[in-house]
Amino acid sequence: METPMIVLRGIRKRFDSVHVLKGVDYSVSRGSVSCLIGPSGSGKSTLLRCINGLQPADEGEVWVDGELIGLRIDGDHVVPLPEKEIADQRRQIGMVFQRFNLFPHMTALENVMSGPLRVNRADKERTRDLAMGLLDRVGLAARADHYPNELSGGQQQRVAIARALAMKPKVMLFDEPTSALDPELVNEVLSVMRDLAAEGMTMIVVTHEMGFARDVADHVCFMDDGVIVEEGHPDTVLTDPRTARAREFLKRG
Amino acid sequence: MSATVGPGPRPRRNPKGSPWRYVVVAVMLFLVLALADVVLTNPNFGWPVVGQYLFSAVILEGLLLTLELTAVVMVVGCVLGVILAVMRTSTNTFVARGAWAYIWFFRGTPLLIQVIFWFNIAALFPRITLGVPFGPTLPGIDANALVTPWTAAVLALSLNEAAYMAEIVRGGLLGVDRGQYEAAQALGMRPIKVFGIILPQAVRTIIPPTANQLVTTFKNTALVSVIGLADLLHSAQVVYALNYQTIPLLIVAAFWYLLLTSLLSYFQSLLERRYSKGYVPRSRPQSATGTSDAVALKEA
Repeated sequence: METPMIVLRGIRKRFDSVHVLKGVDYSVSRGSVSCLIGPSGSGKSTLLRCINGLQPADEGEVWVDGELIGLRIDGDHVVPLPEKEIADQRRQIGMVFQRFNLFPHMTALENVMSGPLRVNRADKERTRDLAMGLLDRVGLAARADHYPNELSGGQQQRVAIARALAMKPKVMLFDEPTSALDPELVNEVLSVMRDLAAEGMTMIVVTHEMGFARDVADHVCFMDDGVIVEEGHPDTVLTDPRTARAREFLKRG
Repeated sequence: MSATVGPGPRPRRNPKGSPWRYVVVAVMLFLVLALADVVLTNPNFGWPVVGQYLFSAVILEGLLLTLELTAVVMVVGCVLGVILAVMRTSTNTFVARGAWAYIWFFRGTPLLIQVIFWFNIAALFPRITLGVPFGPTLPGIDANALVTPWTAAVLALSLNEAAYMAEIVRGGLLGVDRGQYEAAQALGMRPIKVFGIILPQAVRTIIPPTANQLVTTFKNTALVSVIGLADLLHSAQVVYALNYQTIPLLIVAAFWYLLLTSLLSYFQSLLERRYSKGYVPRSRPQSATGTSDAVALKEA
């Protein structure tokens, strides 16, 4: 059997006295879309941030495409990698944030070009072509010269997706990508994500959009109180959950 | 506002204001006239002497040196300040504490003492050499030859300036949204590149206090007169040491300080007005919403 694209093993994380993640095992196979759902404070976003080391786990390991992230095996124990090397590993892990986090002093095009130019020292002309292609793909080629504050939330989020894709990542992490959007702008972002999924990108999506999870995901994880309570095919988890906690959550949602 | 007034008829505003204001105006007028009387009729102010020296070569040369010193100190102070600010926010506690200690020391001791200290560094280290601790050393340079009044002044003011700039820059860096750091990191940027994304955004909040700092530094350069560097104040002192016209020459120096600080403050207010508008895009192709926002802010 093919090794999964993303493997998390025994992930634990605490902030001061609060146990946010209490030992999470989780894997996502190549080219599949996994949705993390659950009540707020259940640890979904923290789990996502452990994958690219924005918030490194206290315990446990993260593997992306067979590479141990943020750690180095030294004999029989693991040591944290220097920040520089973690930065290099993050190039293959794209991330999209709830609040878009576009660089406000750069145009949409410059935002998309920022990764390849500053991280890979890529050729400027070629990067421009790549970035224009990506903006076209998210339907925003006409807005290339606009600054983020001149774009709607939905447009900003699509630029943010293009910016992440410009690094040609192996996986894409979405941290509640539509939660900060006005309802009428949600669909334009979801449709870009649908296209991306259809092209075979491996994706983990923290979301409250049950419709998206049902239609697009191959796999759904229900998290509560720092652990994965239930996981499986969306048809099973979303329509006929085994656990009482998942049933309760889905009824409310 | 009406909520705080509470029920009942609102107090009506007297359009003419309180009758006391006439008394205040009268008192102020009296004080101004009294001051003018003293200033103009007391011959010890020596206004003809002031006029004689205001544009004299020795004073203008002193002013030039003061301006040069201010410029050098600001540049060195800003560069060191940025480095210290970054060190201060470092995750390496040794580095962070080191920067903290530097700022603590240089902000916590009088600048005048620092100026005199650097000028007298030769008393502490007669020869400045390179070498291994407790090991062999190279033949060094005489500290008195190396640390001239100019270098002592630049050292003292710049090192002090750096401590203040470090706090200003750190404030600016902390003011940038955490999401910006995360977005840069998530793209795979190494720490130095992340800084390259953050600093331009921090500059917005760094500029107004830096302009303020420039005015302060400009005035603080007068302290170097104690180590005999021919700045504006010292040049005035040299003249009055010869002709005993102390007050008129201090007025000459004060005039130039006041003129320059007023100019700097004016530019500062221009900068602040510009940067307080938030992120209003410059003349750029804009969407309909962007244009109306910009216009609205300009009119506000």
